[in-house]
Amino acid sequence: MIQFIRPLLFIIFAIFVGTGSVQANEEPAKGEQSGHSDNFDAGKFVIEHVSDAYEWHIATFGETHISIPLPIILYSSNKGWNFFMSSRFHHGHETYNGFRIEHEGDNEGKIVEVNENGEFVSLPIDLSITKTVAGIFVSVIVLLFIFLSIAKSAQKRENKAPKGMQNLFEPVILFIRDEVAKPAIGEKKFEKFMPFLLTAFFFILINNLLGLVPIFPFGTNVTGNIAVTLVLALFTFFITSINANKHYWKEIYNPDVPWWLKFPIPLMPIVELSGVITKPFVLMVRLFANMLAGHMIVTVFISLIFIFNKLMGVEAGFGVSVISMAFSVFIVLLDILVSFIQAYVFTLLSALYFGMATSEHH
Amino acid sequence: MGFVTPDYGTIFWMLIIFGIVLFILKKFAWGPILKALKDRERSISDALNSAEKARKEVAGLKASNDLIIAEARKEKDIILKEARDIKDKIIAEAKVQANAEAQKGIEIARQQIIAEKDAAINDIKKQVAELSVMIAEKVIKKELENPKDQDILVKDLLKDLKLT
Repeated sequence: MIQFIRPLLFIIFAIFVGTGSVQANEEPAKGEQSGHSDNFDAGKFVIEHVSDAYEWHIATFGETHISIPLPIILYSSNKGWNFFMSSRFHHGHETYNGFRIEHEGDNEGKIVEVNENGEFVSLPIDLSITKTVAGIFVSVIVLLFIFLSIAKSAQKRENKAPKGMQNLFEPVILFIRDEVAKPAIGEKKFEKFMPFLLTAFFFILINNLLGLVPIFPFGTNVTGNIAVTLVLALFTFFITSINANKHYWKEIYNPDVPWWLKFPIPLMPIVELSGVITKPFVLMVRLFANMLAGHMIVTVFISLIFIFNKLMGVEAGFGVSVISMAFSVFIVLLDILVSFIQAYVFTLLSALYFGMATSEHH
Repeated sequence: MGFVTPDYGTIFWMLIIFGIVLFILKKFAWGPILKALKDRERSISDALNSAEKARKEVAGLKASNDLIIAEARKEKDIILKEARDIKDKIIAEAKVQANAEAQKGIEIARQQIIAEKDAAINDIKKQVAELSVMIAEKVIKKELENPKDQDILVKDLLKDLKLT
């Protein structure tokens, strides 16, 4: 138990320190804003914090932005493949090689191709390593490091008691195996799905938790990005469909209902088929919305400080900051809980769908 | 609302990264970890089973030991009882024999005593007869000096003779 609590405490501590450092980073910006205080847009502030970006913003001191440039990969029919670092855009202020980041209009936030006069030409195919993708890389490195070292120690300490990190994660792995996969899929077939369930669980869990640590290289809103949860849900969908047995498909295209529900209008097949699509869709939205909401609430509480600062002066800003910090800490603690719950729910539901697709008809 | 429309670039990278991670972890992490877990579970349950078996064996041994001991005790009792019976029998026989011997001895002694007594009586009879003859001789010698007395004597003697 103590093995489990120690890293948790560490994470909580990191969040405390990290949240504090966010405030510290914002402090000069606030001082600057009290000079020309009408340019703070809370909505934009929140959206920017939870959205993807072409560079990894760490802190802003006055007019100086400190951020890690990320690789931009573009393909346009006119110019072919383009590889360059996002620092070429100078935080989105400049045009490079005929590309620029649009700040308003339909393509807001996207990279567009422009001609010499700065007019819109086309949307290039954008495969850039954005902040989210970089965040995925970071968490994947953590994931691989943890589990490859556990696998190593598991092989080395065969038939012995687990030790260290192995001891910390083995109960979780056993929980996924014995409490999630076995009851949901069944004793006979669960082993086939274990790699995906475990990977999905730990990928989501680690991304959720690292997303709460606001210090570089963590703190990216990975599981709160709909593209990421879409891919996870797609994996569940394809694994379900590929492994589904005859009975599963029969229940969808020709369910055991009175004939007039199937002919001439195939009412039940339509309902069943929409269920097939809805299941992964719900998985995608649930994870995305939960994690996004958590991040948003924290940033909203932070931005409250600036709103009060703008409306009632510096003193009010300081006063509110105490309450805001308290609420942010509370929300972050709640988010830690939500991180575990969402990872568990995603895995459990995936396992249930696999179980449904492979269950034998009685 | 930019963040509810999935970005195809992120989807592309996520598909590749997650696919690779899934493959790597499946091959190098989950396989060995799950195998190790299973092996350990099996070895633990084997160990428990064999311990249970050993415990049962020990219990069985103990039961059979008890049985053997009980049997031995029973046998001992039987042997002791037999020994006691034999002892009693021997003592009884010895008593009977001793009695018989003693009886026999007494019988012989009695017969001898009777024989001795008869001999002694005979002897005494003989001596009495001789003495009587002697006395009679002396008496007769003396008495017969008087013829009358002789008749009286003869008459008395005849009378006495008749009586004896």
